[in-house]
Amino acid sequence: MRRRFITWGAALAALAVCTSCKREIRDFRPETPEVDAIQLTPLTDYQVGGPGSVTVDPSATLISRPPKSYEENAQALSEGKRLYTNFNCYGCHAHGGGDMGPPLMDDKWIYGSKPEQIFSSIVAGRPNGMPAFGAKIPAYEVWQLAAYIRSMSGLVSKDAAPGRDDHMQTTPPENSAETAKPVSSSATEVETHP
Amino acid sequence: MSLYVTWGVFAAIPAQTGTWCSGSQSALDPAGPQSEQLAGLWWEFFDTSAIVYCLVIVIIVAALAFRMRRTLLPPEVHPAAFWENIRAWIVGGLTLATTVILFFLLIGDHVAGRAVRNPSTENAVKIRATGHQWWWDFRYEDPTPSNILTTANEIHIPIGRPVDFELQSADVIHSFWIPNLQGKRDMIPAKTAHSVMQADRAGTYWGQCAEFCGYQHAKMRFKLVAEPEADFQKWLAAARQPAVEPTTESQKKGKAVFLSRTCVMCHTIQGTTAGGMVGPELTHLASRSKIAAGSLPNTRGYLAGWIADPQQIKPGVRMPPNALPPDQLQALLDYLESLK
Repeated sequence: MRRRFITWGAALAALAVCTSCKREIRDFRPETPEVDAIQLTPLTDYQVGGPGSVTVDPSATLISRPPKSYEENAQALSEGKRLYTNFNCYGCHAHGGGDMGPPLMDDKWIYGSKPEQIFSSIVAGRPNGMPAFGAKIPAYEVWQLAAYIRSMSGLVSKDAAPGRDDHMQTTPPENSAETAKPVSSSATEVETHP
Repeated sequence: MSLYVTWGVFAAIPAQTGTWCSGSQSALDPAGPQSEQLAGLWWEFFDTSAIVYCLVIVIIVAALAFRMRRTLLPPEVHPAAFWENIRAWIVGGLTLATTVILFFLLIGDHVAGRAVRNPSTENAVKIRATGHQWWWDFRYEDPTPSNILTTANEIHIPIGRPVDFELQSADVIHSFWIPNLQGKRDMIPAKTAHSVMQADRAGTYWGQCAEFCGYQHAKMRFKLVAEPEADFQKWLAAARQPAVEPTTESQKKGKAVFLSRTCVMCHTIQGTTAGGMVGPELTHLASRSKIAAGSLPNTRGYLAGWIADPQQIKPGVRMPPNALPPDQLQALLDYLESLK
């Protein structure tokens, strides 16, 4: 009898774990990031709104542990995709193939492929063109963007990555992007373009 | 018993129409020629159906009573063939009556449909309306580019002049509906549709998204003010002006907060560097009576709540929560309230 209880209990627990699938969670009120952090100051004078207009705001520029769940969550990835268009990332990076800015769907990462490295690229900017967005994008949206950018080269969960575009499809959908193993994933190895 | 209830409801309708059929968001309170047609059509259908329904009930009651009497008559008086004949006439007559009624409705529908579909757009005010999740973007077209006016969630139109809405969608399918003025028209992504309407009676009317478009579909409304031409021109001239410059220290600080924080990424304030087109434009925010696409009154308290935590008010809305320090929030509110 007792054994049966244990079996059923284990089965129910397994079911609970299975159904709490991260893909489907929709979190409209993300927690503000926990303190665990590096403070980011803009690395470039090229700032959204002009030099000096990007403030360093402690609550928005603290890097917490990147929310891993974002890379397995359909809502976060599709929000990242929407923000990528809304904040005009495609103005320079196109839809992943690169234009004025480097491509994002390949295996080359000048400043690293880790979510926190992408985070600091967006918030603090990078030399030669990447503007600093500072406190102008809430931290959780930067994480969503970082997750989406990683999905372009197939580095996130395929079952959660977006499957279609709202505009004309120019690249394969993110959920069928070929995984491009990052060639340089460390911020110290700066790769130079030929 | 249920029959009595039905008759009771019917008896109550004429008494209630006064309250049911009026208001600033009612298709039965027409304010222009197009909605007049639609309301007329609605009443034509309603009256016809009501008369047919009452007749059917009367006939059923009569048939029950008649059937009882018939069983008392001996078959010699009226042979079976006589009843057959009567039945054929009744069925034939009712089929004909049904056809005539349906044609009556069809013709009414056709006439109203034609009247509503292609109204004259001569001398029309041209407004491009774009549906977003979950707000409305309006652009008053003008041959002179500097006169083009962009606004959101609240529009003014002149009375006695047609308004030609060019309908678009920025994301999913929405439907454009101002019940007092015109029928619904879908806004399909990547397609353009037109909806032409005219208001003959000055007043405030509400528009509503009429196609489920996501979490906050119900809180996707806009306000339409129909006013005499002179008032409209006055409003238009004022609305074309860039935003007022902040005067007090607090307003200046508020403007700096607006331009250095998340606000500037999505919203436009004409006359500043803020030019985002992702969210509603805010140049004359303080002149509007509602915020959040018609969901909240535009008061300082609601505005503060909306800025601090919009997800509490419209869960799923595209605007992020903004945990501003109190002094920055107050300054921002001072600035936004000055944008008359």
